[in-house]
Amino acid sequence: MRNRIRVNVVSALTLILFVIVFVVPFLLVLVNAVKDRQESSQLNLALPTSFHLVENLREVFQARNYMLVTAMVNSTILTVASVTGMVIVAAMVGFVLQRRASRINGFVNAAVLMGLIVPPAVVPTIWVLQSLGLFKTLPGLILVEITFGISFCVLLFRAFMATVPRELDEAAIIDGCGPLRLFFQVILPLLKPTVVTVIVVQSVAVFNDFVHPLYFLPGEENATVQLTLYNFMSQYSTQWNLLFMNILLITIPPLIVFLFFNRQIVAGMTSGAVKG
Amino acid sequence: MTAVVSTELRAVPAGRENGERRRSNYLAKAYPLWYYLPAGLLFLVFFAIPTFASFFFSLTRWSLFDWEFIGFENFRQFLSEPQLIGSLRNTVVYAFLTSGAKVVLGMALGLLLTSQIRARGLLRSLVFFPVLVSTIGVGVMFTTMMHPTDGLINTALAVVGIEGPKWLADPQLALISVALVDIWKGVGLATVIYMAGIVAVPAEYYEAARVDGAGAWSTFRRITLPLIRPATFTVITLSLIGGLRSFDLIWAMTSGGPGFASDVIASVVYKQYQAGFYGLSTAGNVVMFLVVMLIVVPLNYFMRKAEVDQ
Repeated sequence: MRNRIRVNVVSALTLILFVIVFVVPFLLVLVNAVKDRQESSQLNLALPTSFHLVENLREVFQARNYMLVTAMVNSTILTVASVTGMVIVAAMVGFVLQRRASRINGFVNAAVLMGLIVPPAVVPTIWVLQSLGLFKTLPGLILVEITFGISFCVLLFRAFMATVPRELDEAAIIDGCGPLRLFFQVILPLLKPTVVTVIVVQSVAVFNDFVHPLYFLPGEENATVQLTLYNFMSQYSTQWNLLFMNILLITIPPLIVFLFFNRQIVAGMTSGAVKG
Repeated sequence: MTAVVSTELRAVPAGRENGERRRSNYLAKAYPLWYYLPAGLLFLVFFAIPTFASFFFSLTRWSLFDWEFIGFENFRQFLSEPQLIGSLRNTVVYAFLTSGAKVVLGMALGLLLTSQIRARGLLRSLVFFPVLVSTIGVGVMFTTMMHPTDGLINTALAVVGIEGPKWLADPQLALISVALVDIWKGVGLATVIYMAGIVAVPAEYYEAARVDGAGAWSTFRRITLPLIRPATFTVITLSLIGGLRSFDLIWAMTSGGPGFASDVIASVVYKQYQAGFYGLSTAGNVVMFLVVMLIVVPLNYFMRKAEVDQ
């Protein structure tokens, strides 16, 4: 009985603390996103006296000639293309790496590890992109994002491949299955849980990426949502309501992903982390 | 031909000569090595070549189109200018501060959220969600909250009669303020890693300890702490690598200011790039590479050794 009271008290105190630390900042964004300019400039948690949701939304979208709309289109293309590329390319590596003991495995493993540790050299990457004619283009950025995501994905795929029984491959091969069909029609469907995890984790990472678009995709017509927020930061330093509305908008996609794929995200981040 | 086959076979479990050959044949067909090719090509072009090129271009005065070899001039400049060497110190301080805090807080929260506490699911979600929010968004959020006069933090402190510090506007405190936000955003990841580690400890150990009359502290000290060591190593490695490379949060909150008080290597790399000093910027990158390697590689070595010794 006494123990139960103690648990309740500790739970209540923890909840209050967590709400203050982890909920209030988001509440601040939410409340101020629907205020008018004057009220939001006080930066407090007071409830808005009048709602300006639609008005602020319109203004944020119209700003700089509908830059946010362009940015959302760009970010969507970037995220979908990069993550698709990563999944296919890394699953192929993880599959062969786990199944076949070849002489270059040590080299491949070292490369994966380097990819996780070594900070990318920025200007030389621009130099490479420039000489390929891919600098300041979306395809160039997509290729770079795929490259920087490969290592993490390979780790996840290799770990999961170990749980797929080899007998399955053998049965498929005896039935006359070629290597391409073996991978794409037999193995890849079995990797579905890992594929979902990789898609979810990397989508959030690419969508939230700021550094790589900043370096490799400068220019207003190419902006991604993170760059747009950064640009608005200097332009609207006095219009907090619009800035907060922008944050609110770009927080919604990760929030939706989090609500639906909470388990996969946590699994992906911890398993990839434990192996790394 | 035979030589190639036999070296390829070394890793394959031993069988009869004939069987082995057939097996290697089937391996080559079912698991073709060209599956490495797409990833390998990307890795080579966009990662390996730039990394190797950076060692060369860091020794030049460079405009992307032509370069002039100047030896170690860039590094000399990096190590002699106070604001540049300051960024080196800030990077190390920032990385160790965030990493240490994430270990301590992550472990505490991991223990708390795997205990008997109520509303565990909700609390876990609350602590983890910031991990998924855009860093720039978090930066803007906390920049307003840390405003010296109007910010939420200082108004709240004023209510209880404390005059809050100037946070980001104070050169002494700017870097630490950003580090605090980094901890706020990243502690969720450390927590879930610790939770995975704590849950994996077999319950029998705790039962045996209870039977032997061990108290809460010695149970933690002698059972939990050693057995969650892999989680600790993971958190340390991840947060150190992240901390040493960190750029976006610092850039969004202070842009390295006030003055150069919160500049880190990554922000210097960006500033020099913007200013057109590509050679110097690349030298900064090489310095960052060296710092990461010098800290993370030995650490990893010792941690792996400790894990084996255990």
